[in-house]
Amino acid sequence: MTTEHTTQTEPRHLRRIGIIWIVASIIGDLLYWFLVGPHVPPGRMTSSATSDQLDFNILMELALPVLFGIWVFFGYCFVTWRSKRRGVAEPTGGAAARSNLRAQVWWIAVSSILVLFLAGFGTIELIAGDGSGGGEGPNPVWEPTGAVQAETAALTSSASWTPGTNHVLVVQVIAQQWKFTYRYPQFGGFESPQLVLPDNTSIAFNVTSLDVIHSFWAYQLEVKADANPQENNVAFTTTNQLGNFTVRCSELCGLWHGAMYNYGKVVSTSAFQNWATTTESANAANTKDLAPFAWTYVPDANGAAGGYYPDGTVTPYSPVETYGAKQPAS
Amino acid sequence: MSMGGRLVTVIAAFVVAVALVVAGVAVFLKPGVPGGVVNFTKAQPVGSPVNLTVQTVGAIGFGAHPTWVSYLVKDPEGKWIHDTTWELPAHTMIHMTVYQYDSGSPLRNQEWGQVQGTIGDTATLNGKSYTVYNSYTGNGVGHTFAVPSLNLSVPLIGIDGNATNPCNAAPCHTNYAHNVIKFSFMTPGAGNYSWQCFVPCGLGYLYGNGGPMSTQNYMGGFLQVVAQ
Repeated sequence: MTTEHTTQTEPRHLRRIGIIWIVASIIGDLLYWFLVGPHVPPGRMTSSATSDQLDFNILMELALPVLFGIWVFFGYCFVTWRSKRRGVAEPTGGAAARSNLRAQVWWIAVSSILVLFLAGFGTIELIAGDGSGGGEGPNPVWEPTGAVQAETAALTSSASWTPGTNHVLVVQVIAQQWKFTYRYPQFGGFESPQLVLPDNTSIAFNVTSLDVIHSFWAYQLEVKADANPQENNVAFTTTNQLGNFTVRCSELCGLWHGAMYNYGKVVSTSAFQNWATTTESANAANTKDLAPFAWTYVPDANGAAGGYYPDGTVTPYSPVETYGAKQPAS
Repeated sequence: MSMGGRLVTVIAAFVVAVALVVAGVAVFLKPGVPGGVVNFTKAQPVGSPVNLTVQTVGAIGFGAHPTWVSYLVKDPEGKWIHDTTWELPAHTMIHMTVYQYDSGSPLRNQEWGQVQGTIGDTATLNGKSYTVYNSYTGNGVGHTFAVPSLNLSVPLIGIDGNATNPCNAAPCHTNYAHNVIKFSFMTPGAGNYSWQCFVPCGLGYLYGNGGPMSTQNYMGGFLQVVAQ
């Protein structure tokens, strides 16, 4: 009799919880999407940054309902079935408290769908955007249109870059203890401690090291590639916003690792071309003394100094050969 | 113990624990540099240029690592000090003189053969101006003085490796074979700016970047720039 009486008078808790949860989730998701989402790091300075921001936001949009579901459920339970409430009997459990097959099936099904979707989504997003700004090693599987041609030409002395024609800009990132320097093979191969990039341009970063392992992390560009000695680690992105960005070494590399950073900037294509041609001219006296441009350089490992030498065996190429099948013999 | 007493005890213990953690983190994060600091901010009137004189030696000749290459600095009283942290006034012209007593070799990266970040992007070698030095020629480059965050870098040309009177222990006197490199630069706003050598001159260490290249007070240090 008691059970029947309880059943008749008990409100429909699950429906209440569901309604509260849906309302809270919709409000929470909308607030997040419009107020927080646009400001989520790493911003929208490049295609890979924009893509990753979208990924973070989608993950958050899915996580928020899960979070609200737990909060609403426990909050409702604490309020509705808390002990020492006047007129309400102490909970005594029962069959429904021990297990609920329908609830279990729903929980497993929903969480499985969610996790599998995220696994697929994450995998696709890692591939999309020409590798999502990550270092793809010497033989990139995903690359923007024109990358192979630009990288092939970069090894020749006639390489050049003009907005709108050969649109991929090749930049070599050279890590050394403890600073990054940058070579621009399409501008005579000059080397500079400054990293300047043109807007609305696909960039092919070719990352290598002269000594130990470093890691090139251009945070706001959402580009991150390990710098390994005698390896060419290639990463792509496309700039789509003017502004400054930070480059940090993200691989512990010795005493001054913490000081191994610099600031770069994305400027208009005309400003970039002006900077590049001016720097090419200003650095010409030193550029002729630099090692000829190559994907990797072999330093003298015997201690002090020793010049660095290009891998002269790399020849233009099929995409696979381009990116590094041929490495220095020594 | 009463409920109130227990509550107070728990809260007090929590506060103490949090305070200890905060204090520990604060001490850990507090900016600081090892060793002493040679102060150049009080030697002349505010705004006046600072003369900074250093020397590089192939083997310091004393201390824990007598065979290590090192920088020394001349303090405002004219005494050579084995210390690589120098306090300088902000937004001030620094006239730097380097007595280079070490021999040279080709640079691992010829990029550092270019004078960068000095006034006029130039320096003088024994009175003769230069903006670029091809390290594959002449005596090569012994060391560089570089402040990476300021894009300041000056190649310090090596002495003749066959010189008959090389200096073997610091501080070296100008009677020994040496080069004099001079350049000027402006200090930025207040802050700690690390400087280093870009010649991997740590003989006997992997890639030459261990030992003196990876130990404070030898081939790297700080410009501790302070507002005046």
